[in-house]
Amino acid sequence: MTRVRATVLAFLFSMSSACAQSPAPPGALSCSGCHGAAGVEIPSLSGLSADEITEAMGAFKSGARPATLMNRLAKGFNETETRAISQWLASQRSAP
Amino acid sequence: MSRASRRGVLSGGAATLALTLAAPRAMGQARPKAVVIGGGFGGATCARYLNRLGVAVTLIEPNATYIACPFSNLVIHGSRDLAAQQFGYEALKREGIVIAPEMAAGVDADARLVRLASGATLPYDRLVLSPGIDIRFDALPGYDEAAAQIMPHAWKAGPQTLLLRSQLEAMRDGGVVVMSVPANPYRCPPGPYERASLIAHYLKTYKPKSKLIVLDAKDAFSKQKLFQTAWEELYPGILEWVALGAGGKTTEVSVKDMVVVTEFDRHKADVANIIPPQQAGRIAVAAGVADKSGWCPIDPVTFESKLRPNMHVIGDASIAGAMPKSAFAANAQAKVCASAVALLLRGEAPASPKLLNTCYSIVAPAYGISVAGVYHPAGGLLADVEGAGGVSTLGASSEVRAREAAYADSWFKTIAAEVFG
Repeated sequence: MTRVRATVLAFLFSMSSACAQSPAPPGALSCSGCHGAAGVEIPSLSGLSADEITEAMGAFKSGARPATLMNRLAKGFNETETRAISQWLASQRSAP
Repeated sequence: MSRASRRGVLSGGAATLALTLAAPRAMGQARPKAVVIGGGFGGATCARYLNRLGVAVTLIEPNATYIACPFSNLVIHGSRDLAAQQFGYEALKREGIVIAPEMAAGVDADARLVRLASGATLPYDRLVLSPGIDIRFDALPGYDEAAAQIMPHAWKAGPQTLLLRSQLEAMRDGGVVVMSVPANPYRCPPGPYERASLIAHYLKTYKPKSKLIVLDAKDAFSKQKLFQTAWEELYPGILEWVALGAGGKTTEVSVKDMVVVTEFDRHKADVANIIPPQQAGRIAVAAGVADKSGWCPIDPVTFESKLRPNMHVIGDASIAGAMPKSAFAANAQAKVCASAVALLLRGEAPASPKLLNTCYSIVAPAYGISVAGVYHPAGGLLADVEGAGGVSTLGASSEVRAREAAYADSWFKTIAAEVFG
């Protein structure tokens, strides 16, 4: 009984530690170079849902949404990559 | 010893610093240790991200104030104060990053120790070098450190930036400004052309009888069509660009005669801005991570040196393939490198990353252009992701140019806040 509980605890710890330090998907770490706090010209991503970011990236990529620069960057990612980035960005909302 | 008291001792002076740092390695073994050399856009970012990932970080940076290069061409132009380029390390200290305020003198790769200028040593599990560039004062005949006081390079922001600015201010109307631009690779590929644009704008506005001659050791450059289109429109008769093929390569300078010599010509200058050849910051050579080219080959997934284990190189000093030597790239690389280092310290292998770059250039007030890229590891280097990236649209409206200039300003505020704020 005790051994089982210890094993479960170790498993849970490794899971929580893995989640807490889950590496960002390819490309995601670069976004904060331009997108930070609100109040400047480049919009903040804070508060956007994963769906909203994915949709915006898709529209930049297709040209449906006019852009100066994001169209050029969005083309560097396929749909799976874009979704992974969007989900990671949305999950960072409360992070420092 | 608690980390707070260790910080207290560290600020107490070099003698106590040496004692503390010489203490047995066992003392702080609870967390893995990283040492970061260089507190610029690469190093300061990497230190913060490593710290947040649970790594104990010491940042070696001799200057209490960092002076940023991006936007420093606007200081030369006269439309920006150098103070707007200056940042401190208070936020990093508050987060628990230890600052060693001196130069790194060498690295013992086997013992995994960084030797500081004072003689103290810092142990590391992983070392990140982000030393930026050093000017090669041996590469251009006539151009040494003394010559740079007469013909400033202004390629490291600070007193050199102000010197070039004051020379332009003091120049008579009708004077000749000569700029010398090196061959690749060098820090900030579009930087010389942004500077040429802004100097031309200053001359056109305040000293319209003057002329700017840009002597280039290349035939092609970043955002070339965009720059040249803007020059024809905005600065005709003021800005003359001389390509390598037209004899643009500077072969020698004479500060005594104020002459810049090329293969075919001698250009007498009232003000000369010599951007000389460069190499990775000196510590990269001392650490053994720079190759014969003077730059540092790295693994494109982890940024680990290809020459020395447990050492990573990011930013301008690294050979990053298609990624340019820019502040944006250094910041992006720093975050990927920190993530990789944290995983490696846990015995895990990082996945293949993707990285972005964006470089804005200001051609005139409210006139911005950009180049962007997406990169991934391929063939042992960071390569362009096909079909992505590129430059601003040729022939775009003035509204679009104004928007890009505003985005440039926004980018600088955001990245400065991420790195130093």
